[in-house]
Amino acid sequence: MTNLKYGKDTYLLGKDQSVLDCLVEHGAPVPFSCRSGVCQTCLMRAVRGTPPASSQQGLKDSLKLQNYFLACVCRPTEDIEAVLPHDAQNSVPATVKALKPLNGEIMHVALECHEPLEYRPGQFINLFRDPTLGRSYSLASVPQHDEHLHLHVRRLPDGKVSGWIHEELRPGQTVDLRGPSGDCFYVPGRPEQEIVLIGTGSGLAPLYGILRDALNRGHRGPIRLFHGSRSRAGLYLIDELRTLARDHTNFDYVPCVSGEEPSTGLAGGRAHEVAFREVPDFKDKRLFLCGHPAMVSAAKKRAFLAGASMKDIYADPFNVNAAP
Amino acid sequence: MTEKKLADWWTESHASLYAQIGGEAAVDAAVEIFYRKVLADPRINRFFEGVDMEKQAAKQKAFLTMAFGGPHNYTGMDMRRGHAHLVQQGLNDSHFDAVMEHLGATLKELNVPEELIAQAAAIAESTRNDVLGR
Repeated sequence: MTNLKYGKDTYLLGKDQSVLDCLVEHGAPVPFSCRSGVCQTCLMRAVRGTPPASSQQGLKDSLKLQNYFLACVCRPTEDIEAVLPHDAQNSVPATVKALKPLNGEIMHVALECHEPLEYRPGQFINLFRDPTLGRSYSLASVPQHDEHLHLHVRRLPDGKVSGWIHEELRPGQTVDLRGPSGDCFYVPGRPEQEIVLIGTGSGLAPLYGILRDALNRGHRGPIRLFHGSRSRAGLYLIDELRTLARDHTNFDYVPCVSGEEPSTGLAGGRAHEVAFREVPDFKDKRLFLCGHPAMVSAAKKRAFLAGASMKDIYADPFNVNAAP
Repeated sequence: MTEKKLADWWTESHASLYAQIGGEAAVDAAVEIFYRKVLADPRINRFFEGVDMEKQAAKQKAFLTMAFGGPHNYTGMDMRRGHAHLVQQGLNDSHFDAVMEHLGATLKELNVPEELIAQAAAIAESTRNDVLGR
C-alpha cells in the first residue's frame, strides 16, 4: 500500500497507478499534457520519499538531484509527498549581516538565515520587502566556504525591491526569504568536462558561486568565465577573479566591455560574442548562462547549434521586467 | 484520422517500431540531432523564432516518439490545434517536406535500417493533413 500526499490530502495509490492518474482521478488540479513522460508538463517534486529513477528519465541532473519527477510515469514504491515546483517552500526569516557596494550599481548583501538553508551555489532565493513584494536573487555564496548567503543586487530604475535594498535596508534588519529554487548549478561528475560560464551585469552572482563550487569540488577540466558589461565601471570582483585564475591553472577569466574601447586586460564586445569567438565548438562542453534574458536565449540557441547538448546548458535568465 | 485517436492506430499497426529503433534511448539520441537540423534550416527556422528551447525540444521529442510509433496520447485534433497558428503564418507542404527530410537524415545518421526509416516516415507522413489543417 503506497500513499500519496498532495496538498492537504493523502490518497491511496492503486496498483501500478501513476501519481498523475491518482491525482486526476481525485480531481486534484495538476497540469499535464502527453501522459507519456515526454512533454514534462506534469513536472513535480517529491518533498518526502524518493521518486523512482524511471520517473526522472530525460530530466536534467540538477532537477534529479532535487527529487523532481514526471507525475505521469511515476509509480512510487514507497510513500511520497508531492508538490508542484513552485509550491515547494515556505518563507524563512534572515538577518542582514552586511551591505557593501560592489560597483556603482550593484550591492553585495550578506544574509544570515534563522534556520539552515540547504542550497547550491547558483540557485536563487526570493527576498521579500513585504509579504506581497518579493524579487529573485541568485546565490553567489558557497555553503561550505561562506558563512552567510551572498547576493549581488543590481539597482534597477524604479526597482521596488532593489531600490529599497540599496537605500533603506540596514545591517541588523530582518527580511523574509523563500527558496532556494532553480536548477542552474554545478552538478558533480564528469570532472574533466570543459565548462564555459557566460554572464552579464549581476549575472556574475550565480556564476561566481558555480565557479567556486566547481573548483572546490575538484573540477579538473578547463573553466572559462566571460563576464560582460557596457563599461569597465560595470564590471566587479575583478581582483577576486584574477586571483582565482592565478591560483587555479584550469580557470580563465575574460572580462568584456561592449560600450567602450577595451583597456588592457579586457576583451572588446558582448560577453557571449567574445565567448563564441573564442570557443567556436560547444560539443561536450557544459555551459552556464546568466543575465539578460535576450542574451541568455540567444546564447542558448547558438551554443546548441554549436554542438552543446541541451542537458549541458544551464541558464538563469534575469527577468528585469517582473510584475510590480 | 481526426476522429479516431492516432495513438490507437499507431499501436495497432506499428507496435514494434519504437522498440525496434531502440525505445526512449533512441528518441533521446535523435531529438538533438533532429532539432539542430530543424533550427539550422533557413526554410523553416522562422517558425521557431522566439520559442522557448526546452519546451520546443520536448515537443520535438514528442514528435519523434510519435514518428517511431512510441507511447503518446496526441490525436489528430491536437495536431491541428497545435499548428493552427503556424498555418496562419504560412505553414505549407514545403515546410512539412523539410521536416520530413530532417527526420530521414537524422535516422540515417543514427544508422537506423532503411525499412525502419521508411516506417517512421510513413507514420509522420500520416499527420500531414492534420498538421496543415486540411
